[in-house]
Amino acid sequence: MSDSLPRSVARLADGLARGDYSSVELTRHYLARIAALDPQLNSFITVCGEQALAEAAAADACRAAGKAGRLTGIPYANKDIFCTRGVRTSCASRMLDNFIAPYDATAVEKLRAAGMVMLGKTNMDEFAMGSSNESSYYGPVANPWDVTRVPGGSSGGSAAAVAAGLAPMATGTDTGGSIRQPAAFCGISGIKPTYGRVSRYGMIAFASSLDQGGPMGHSAEDLALMLNVLAGFDPRDSTSIERADEDFTRALDAPVAGLRIGLPREYFDDQLDAGIRACVETAVRQLEARGAVVREISLPHVSLAIPAYYVIAPAECSSNLSRYDGARFGHRCANPADLNDLYCRSRGEGFGAEVKRRILIGTYALSSGYYDAYYRKAQQIRRLLRDDFTAAFKDVDVVVGPTTPTVAYRTGAHAKNPVTMYLGDIYTTAANLAGLPSLSIPAGFVDGLPVGMQFTAAHFDEARLLGLAHQYQRESDWHLRAPAAFN
Amino acid sequence: MAISKDEVSAMARLARLAIEPDDIPGYAEQLSGILAFVARMDEVDTRNVEPLAHPLDLTARLRPDVVTESDQRELFQSIAPEVERGLYLVPKVIE
Amino acid sequence: MQWETVIGLEIHAQLATKSKIFSGASTAYGAAPNTQACAIDLGLPGVLPVVNEQAIAMAVRFGLAIDASITPRSVFARKNYFYPDLPKGYQISQYEAPIVARGRITIDVDGQPRTINITRAHLEEDAGKSLHEDFHGASGIDLNRAGTPLLEIVSEPEMRSAAEAAAYMREIHRLVRYLGICDGNMQEGSFRCDANVSVRPQGTEAFGTRAEIKNLNSFRFIERAIEFEVERQIEIIENGGKVVQETRLYDPDKDETRPLRSKEDAHDYRYFPDPDLLPVAVSAAYVDVIRATMPELPRAKIARFVKTLELSHDDAAVLANDPDTAAYFERAIAAQPASAKQAANWITGELFAALNRDNLAIGASPIAPEQMGQLVQRIVDGTLSGKLGKQVFQTMWSSGRDADDIIEAEGMRQVSDTHLIEVAVREILEQNPDQIAQFRAGKDKVLGFLVGQVMKKTGGKANPALVNQLIKAALAN
Repeated sequence: MSDSLPRSVARLADGLARGDYSSVELTRHYLARIAALDPQLNSFITVCGEQALAEAAAADACRAAGKAGRLTGIPYANKDIFCTRGVRTSCASRMLDNFIAPYDATAVEKLRAAGMVMLGKTNMDEFAMGSSNESSYYGPVANPWDVTRVPGGSSGGSAAAVAAGLAPMATGTDTGGSIRQPAAFCGISGIKPTYGRVSRYGMIAFASSLDQGGPMGHSAEDLALMLNVLAGFDPRDSTSIERADEDFTRALDAPVAGLRIGLPREYFDDQLDAGIRACVETAVRQLEARGAVVREISLPHVSLAIPAYYVIAPAECSSNLSRYDGARFGHRCANPADLNDLYCRSRGEGFGAEVKRRILIGTYALSSGYYDAYYRKAQQIRRLLRDDFTAAFKDVDVVVGPTTPTVAYRTGAHAKNPVTMYLGDIYTTAANLAGLPSLSIPAGFVDGLPVGMQFTAAHFDEARLLGLAHQYQRESDWHLRAPAAFN
Repeated sequence: MAISKDEVSAMARLARLAIEPDDIPGYAEQLSGILAFVARMDEVDTRNVEPLAHPLDLTARLRPDVVTESDQRELFQSIAPEVERGLYLVPKVIE
Repeated sequence: MQWETVIGLEIHAQLATKSKIFSGASTAYGAAPNTQACAIDLGLPGVLPVVNEQAIAMAVRFGLAIDASITPRSVFARKNYFYPDLPKGYQISQYEAPIVARGRITIDVDGQPRTINITRAHLEEDAGKSLHEDFHGASGIDLNRAGTPLLEIVSEPEMRSAAEAAAYMREIHRLVRYLGICDGNMQEGSFRCDANVSVRPQGTEAFGTRAEIKNLNSFRFIERAIEFEVERQIEIIENGGKVVQETRLYDPDKDETRPLRSKEDAHDYRYFPDPDLLPVAVSAAYVDVIRATMPELPRAKIARFVKTLELSHDDAAVLANDPDTAAYFERAIAAQPASAKQAANWITGELFAALNRDNLAIGASPIAPEQMGQLVQRIVDGTLSGKLGKQVFQTMWSSGRDADDIIEAEGMRQVSDTHLIEVAVREILEQNPDQIAQFRAGKDKVLGFLVGQVMKKTGGKANPALVNQLIKAALAN
């Protein structure tokens, strides 16, 4: 089965519809690949073999009854940050190693309702804090293109699983680039929707005003299909946007001609790896050849995005993570001497070093005397950034640039200095701060390692992004490449 | 702007995080590095800029005053570390 | 040395919504532990708050009642600290943009009105409860109460005596019950008061160091606690010491305040706007809608009772003290407002006595207000004598029947037929020649005896005033 199996969800769905294979067969196929290959990658924390097969059987029955939807029976993997009822939801943390979620996240409910089959929960940076998937309690994830290198983070497990063909699609979350950057490092596609598009109910919070859930897969078309399922107003999430339902595949075939592309001059400086620069510029020229109008733009405050992000995100997370105290769920230290001991030791034992660092910095940024200089200042910069983009989108439709300044680095490369790792978020964080939709698709290779190209559009303009990405993918094949060791 | 070891301890206390005394200097150094990096924010004058809390300028949606939840104590307490007679147990709270 | 007392009060009123401020769990009192604590109240990973519309409406009502401006865009903020009854490790409250801004309220102290300014009123969620019975060295936490909406009402530090503080507390207590936003049940914890107390030399402006006395849950306790605290502080200062800024509790058994143990050094709450919630927009149109549903407020009601219904201020205050009593009274006199004074007497007299005896709230009275009104009217229009009226009242109480019903059935109609009474008067006078002689000799008191005899003869039904009149007329001959 494996050789003839298409990688993309759109084609798999066609196959299911035609009866080329059943969902149970598909599911078995992926489960077998996970069992055989994941030991090298460590991309899964929990594999839900039995449950997946049961869901697959139900999907097949549903299809037999004539009730199947487009994605019924399609297997996928869920980042272990989404609450899944009855299944461990760990956020890759010792703190939640024993947490069996008592409810489903809204996103999970929607995927279930669409008949999709959950293969398991993927590995990630602990509590979504990191860009390399090295901070997981369950060990680092390897990049299928080179297992000595990181897959990116925090959705590293999802990215690796998709890249290695262990799942055709996966969910991710993106707070400062955590869908797009691992997608770039692993040679797949991933989209962070407009803030408020996908419900955050049940998506364990890291930084509430920045977090967004989104799909990761092999193609823009697949992303659009899964976004159709994931997106939508949720009354249980106060930050969820109320808009008429839309079909994100509607603009996939929109012509490139006349589309206005902006290249921020601030992105193409000497920090950017020359090889990546070349890939992106080549891609842009291809789009230009098809009629896109390309111009240079400026996002004058964009260099402040990471500093602002590394104040706002830790500040919000320091508060969001206060509920992990050993009292009602999660890790509890043995024999607490008193209340203070219960809290300090449960949290000290439960959280890893990166999480602790962010809690400490976040606490500091909010503390008396520092709030104005740090948190408030960062929120002011946030407005300036958003205004930069608003101005840019008067002249262009899509902002294009590299997703990351380098290709995937070796595991342990940034172990000594967290700041050097933070700098890798240089192109991605602005979209989170401004709440804009942004995606990454493969745009080439440097030294055999994938390069990602990022498209960002105005609020609610996902369809245009996916359309441009789809058109690019129709005339390029980077997204069709697979890592040799996992083919 | 550097963070001292005392400040790290103070923050750890506020955040109820147990940190090994031997690790404190390391945290102080890393956190100082982060603060130095973050200090770049001072490059821009934001005196007349309104802070932006949410990317979209929206206001709260309110829900009607209706009871929608039922008793799920058994389910929720099945994942609790220590429960007795329906109550969550913690070391004695001294008032 | 003359000392001036400075008091500010913080009142937490639990709002009478059906569901919690940020979740759809019930707020009903008395449920088994943790059966009304949903995922959001427990602070489980991944859950999110959504604001209860009724909490906003109730806060706006309060704001209008104290002539405060309503903040058009108010913001919920997180107050961060760790405590077992606070599941998220932060309380969602309001900091920089509270829903109700500065207002004021008039209180009565020694019969004199005085205005106290209110700094602000804001919404926040209540915490759960720690049970102090020992679970073999542990405490048990019940989170049913977590998430119940609270309105925190903060006064300016303008009260200058314990009596003023108690009067303010009473006024707010009455107001929130009138507005229907809080049931004011202090035993159940729906209405909690903290007092910030300090002293300073008379005539100085600088504030002295204050102590906070927490959880005063009765009007009597608040006066006693403040009086004790003031004396304590003065004594410290006069002995050369310094008052420590701390939190204290009042012990009613020992009649003293003492410091709360284990409260740590000053909290840094690290307030910041809650990123899970958007600012709450309250439009002028919305405020107008709320304004149109505002009830008559207690002070206005008392003034109206005195002016229009000619009640005494005391009677008016008693009737208006409680919205249910006021409503009962107003329904009782609706058909015949002229009998207001008598109705007031009967309600504060007979009805209150019966309610107290049977331990009932006026809302559970077996005599409906309209029925009460009818009884009072029969006395006013002479159908029923006052004495028989009390009998009829008791029968109404135990049977629930109307006064008219009972009057007819028992033939209790007061006799005002002059001819009939004259007959009885003649008889009694014939039977009591000695008394006639005594009366004519100047013993006026004998009249009462003769009236009583005629009343007995007519089975208590004769109109006593008429009997009096006719006897006097007969004796004058």
